[in-house]
Amino acid sequence: MKLFQIQGGIHPDYRKGQTSEKSIISMPLPSALYIPLQQHIGAPAEDLVSAGDLVKKGQMIARSQGAVSAPQHAPTSGRITAITEIPAPHPSGLAQLTIILEPDGKDEWAELPAPIADPFAADTHAIHDRVAISGIVGMGGAAFPSAVKLNLGTQKKLDILLLNGAECEPYLTCDDRLMREYASEVIDGARIMAHALGAPRVIVAIEQNKPQAIEIMTKAAASVSGVEVVGVPVQYPMGSERHLVQAITGRETPARKLTADLGVVVHNVATARAVHHAVRFGRPLLARVVTVSGGAIRNPQNVEVFIGTKVSDLVEFCGGFAVRPERLVNGGPMMGQPLPSLDVPVVKGMSGILALTAEEINDRPTSPCIRCGTCVTICPCGLSPVEMSAFIRKDNLESAAKLGVMDCISCGSCSWVCPSHIPLVHYFNYAKGELNDQDRERRKNDRVKTLVESRIIRIEKVAEAKKAALAAKKTVAPATPAAAPAPVAAPAASEPAPIAEEKTNA
Amino acid sequence: MNIVTTSGPFTHKANSVQNTMATVLLALLPATAFNLYLFGWPAILLFTVTIASCVAIEAACLALANQPVKITLSDNSAILTGWLMASSLPPWAPWWIGLLGAVFAIALAKHAFGGLGQNVFNPAMVGRTVLLVSFPVVMTAWVMPHPLFSANAPGLSDAIAITFGGHMPDTMSAASALGYVKTELSRGIPVTQSMAQVSQVPDLMDMALGYRAGSMGETSAVLILLGGLFLLYKRIISWHIPVGVMGTLFLMGTLFHAVDPARFTTGTFHLMSGATFLGAFFIATDYVTSPVSKTGQLVFAVGVGLLAWLIRTFAGYPEGMAFAVLLMNAVTPIIEQYTRPRIFGRSRKGEPLPLPKEKP
Repeated sequence: MKLFQIQGGIHPDYRKGQTSEKSIISMPLPSALYIPLQQHIGAPAEDLVSAGDLVKKGQMIARSQGAVSAPQHAPTSGRITAITEIPAPHPSGLAQLTIILEPDGKDEWAELPAPIADPFAADTHAIHDRVAISGIVGMGGAAFPSAVKLNLGTQKKLDILLLNGAECEPYLTCDDRLMREYASEVIDGARIMAHALGAPRVIVAIEQNKPQAIEIMTKAAASVSGVEVVGVPVQYPMGSERHLVQAITGRETPARKLTADLGVVVHNVATARAVHHAVRFGRPLLARVVTVSGGAIRNPQNVEVFIGTKVSDLVEFCGGFAVRPERLVNGGPMMGQPLPSLDVPVVKGMSGILALTAEEINDRPTSPCIRCGTCVTICPCGLSPVEMSAFIRKDNLESAAKLGVMDCISCGSCSWVCPSHIPLVHYFNYAKGELNDQDRERRKNDRVKTLVESRIIRIEKVAEAKKAALAAKKTVAPATPAAAPAPVAAPAASEPAPIAEEKTNA
Repeated sequence: MNIVTTSGPFTHKANSVQNTMATVLLALLPATAFNLYLFGWPAILLFTVTIASCVAIEAACLALANQPVKITLSDNSAILTGWLMASSLPPWAPWWIGLLGAVFAIALAKHAFGGLGQNVFNPAMVGRTVLLVSFPVVMTAWVMPHPLFSANAPGLSDAIAITFGGHMPDTMSAASALGYVKTELSRGIPVTQSMAQVSQVPDLMDMALGYRAGSMGETSAVLILLGGLFLLYKRIISWHIPVGVMGTLFLMGTLFHAVDPARFTTGTFHLMSGATFLGAFFIATDYVTSPVSKTGQLVFAVGVGLLAWLIRTFAGYPEGMAFAVLLMNAVTPIIEQYTRPRIFGRSRKGEPLPLPKEKP
């Protein structure tokens, strides 16, 4: 298959060998599971249980609310001990409403929705609804509710479902192992999604540093029709949706548009496997594979772990720390988030837990920019990080926005490559947050303004109507003494004048 | 457990400003070492004085600005500036040339603008240019090669007299090839004739290897090329600036020589003489004062090559590399504005790309 060049990018030290050759291990049930109501982009789920309730494995314990949301399910059978706020796996460490489940050890299944016997005969809605009630979200890290993305086919004409197995982040091997060990499940899930989307082709893109995954997936794809497996160059950030679409199809997604506008929808390989489980067996998303790695972990490996397991339990399962970690990371080292502590649960979008040593991070104090321009050369979005960061340092966000800071995908390549160790992507994340806030504020103000304006117009209309009624009355009853209505008429007459003016303006 | 929670990425390329500068110094070493050998003790003394002055003045400026002195000095940038400026000086110039140059380069061109990364003009070239304009005689007093330990080479005591005592032996002076051709041309002697003067204009082999009169670090095109290729290999620089500068210079030289061989020197002569190689690989490629984008660097480089050729050919000075670089430094911000890369998903003007038309 002909591939297309993507611009920029870097070649970090991948360090995948720590975990890539070890089979996925299932972690036994911990003593308690902590299931946050919000593990996805969009509105948090609404809890359906209360403390003391007994739940079965796979039972929905929180339902989705709103168009973009996802439900939560009990990963095992047991008793709900509390619904309370505990720290979320977010850099802020802020507390979040979480259902605490004490497993009873029986692991008894609830009654699950019936398997869809022939998904390829089912219509889009049946599959969409199944994915929606199964609580499946994008498992590559973004955690966007997958069902919403499966609906794109009803709005746009799609020709390719691109299955993202690039896994371009260093350390992470969970998708690699998943493809090697569950290739047929992944491909079946992908075909079901492609059917729901109305996309005739499935292309699985895997970075060439995973030759076994490519081989096994190619074999698995050979037995079905319409699925191609493609090895893509090892070039971070190949796994970025827009860049992967460009590498495979040559189509460049316009700014502020979706890849779906070009006929391509991208899903992660682990998401495809979750869809397979939901459609073929009625099983909701209860567990995921997490890469636990980094120099500070005693026994790095890929662990299939129940959603809601405490990260501390997971780390303990992997032998704990061999040395004191300098940083704890949720996700990959390039785009992952710092973890505030180990005392947070595993959530659906958590692809990796990394405990990194100081040598691995290779952090240094920031020194002045020497304008080497490497950040410009390697930026996969064609931006000029050196110029944007200079503006942001002076809090001149408008100029940074003009240079395109909102088009930054926060891949972190510029920060990685900077010889002065300037935290460039940190500046851009700050600017993007601030600009979004300003935009929200502006829109809010605009809304208030239009509301006020329409209120004025409404009041004017009422006053005018009154005046008209009064005038009508006057003509009907001309016998009334002239002096009496004057004080009433006078303000009525003075008020409508500006209204008429405003109306002509409008 | 106390864990620091700063934002990512949580891995970094093994590089630093210090390393970058050190790599450039390493790349300069062969050419400079050869020239120091070629011009002997006076060159070694001046070289040392220049670099020491640059470091001392940098330290003083940092102290004045209340900036950390030791950490900042360790970035090697003052050493590099001193080294490059020394490379452009006549090897037997007196010590105060090095000191004065350092004042102009470090205090005026660098720290007055805000220190590392903030300067508009290449500090080493500011130093050299101010010296050339202020002390034209001293700055064009070239000597023929006097290799260390050879028969007529000055010993250490002679060298101290030359560098610190101002006893420049008259008999030893020589013109640079560029200067000689220019002077002859002004006397009405055509280029073809002056170029044939073997005593004044070395043959191409000597020019390339560097066995000729010239500045303290720029006579050997081959060794500078070696350093330049090392920098390319290390990805400290890219091909854009060296190729742009030398390509333009060569093209202009060849083109005009073809038109009037009596008036214009050849492209090869332009390439091999003066500061062409040092300028193209080490001076014009200075990060701080050249554009950041590759397109911008090409524009910049073509400008340097063109100006250098113009100055060499038509202006009063035989060598124009330093002026050319400084002039192009001045327009770098403008070049930069017009040569930003195209943003992903947007047109050159910054508008979102149009969606492809629906297939029938």
